[in-house]
Amino acid sequence: MAYKAKIKVTLRPSILDVQGKAAQHALANLGYSSVESVRIGKYMEVTIEESSAAEAERVCIEISQKLLSNPVMEDFTFELEPVN
Amino acid sequence: MADVTVGIVVFPGSNCDHDTEYAVASFPGVRPVMLWHNDHDLKGSDAIILPGGFSYGDYLRCGSIARFSPLMREVIDFAGKGRPVLGICNGFQVLVESGLLEGALMRNTGKKFICRQSTIKVVNNSTIFTDGYRQDEVLRLPVAHGEGNYIASVETIESLEANNQVVFRYSDEEGVESVEANFNGSLGNIAGITNRQGNVLGLMPHPERASEQLLGSEDGRRLFESLFRHVTGS
Repeated sequence: MAYKAKIKVTLRPSILDVQGKAAQHALANLGYSSVESVRIGKYMEVTIEESSAAEAERVCIEISQKLLSNPVMEDFTFELEPVN
Repeated sequence: MADVTVGIVVFPGSNCDHDTEYAVASFPGVRPVMLWHNDHDLKGSDAIILPGGFSYGDYLRCGSIARFSPLMREVIDFAGKGRPVLGICNGFQVLVESGLLEGALMRNTGKKFICRQSTIKVVNNSTIFTDGYRQDEVLRLPVAHGEGNYIASVETIESLEANNQVVFRYSDEEGVESVEANFNGSLGNIAGITNRQGNVLGLMPHPERASEQLLGSEDGRRLFESLFRHVTGS
């Protein structure tokens, strides 16, 4: 059974996001003065072939902790759905 | 100096590997060997250097993919046996991603890639990499990085400080650790740290690019010299 994991990796709130800040400044220059802040993260779609949703979830958490995010500076969240 | 073999790891995207080879080869009795990331063989290395560059194009996070290359398993074992490993710039990033060193290296706070001469202060000269320097000596070493902003949790910083693992700090030419001298925004002006055991060092500046007067500084030479002296036990 194939599952699609939609994984979002974001910088921890305490970490300064210079990329987001630069984008926010650019938006301010475009006239969007109401945009107060921008935080930039990563979105990944991973297809996992496993026997059950529980197994797929275990793999998803493991790969997110091991490689796809760095726990020193990032958090991750994910959604898992079966692929038809 | 007796014969020393120094392994220089080559990842796809490494670009300071040959500069490092050149600098290492300039020491009598020291033989550099290039180690391909996909091999498992450290070729009898007495010390390992992870050079600067952009391994795997900095994909995902700097150093994150390189950390899982086959050769890195050998390097992690080698370090675990207390043998010396030096990571320069991208090599430092690989070391923090691999867990051999603590913390992380984030994008410079000023957003820019910074390529220039920097000044750093030796704040611990009792390591195998730095005992050729005077305590608080200021070195001129070039930097070239976009992600050199060192961060770590409060607890990690406290334990690094308590165990004298901070080896280099950005300072001005007089050795003052000013905010201005800390051009990439690193916590505590940290430019280089070791692991708890002291056999693994990572630093952002490039000692290999300051290894002869023609390059504007030879302040990087004594780092290699200290290391090689310890390897031979002389």
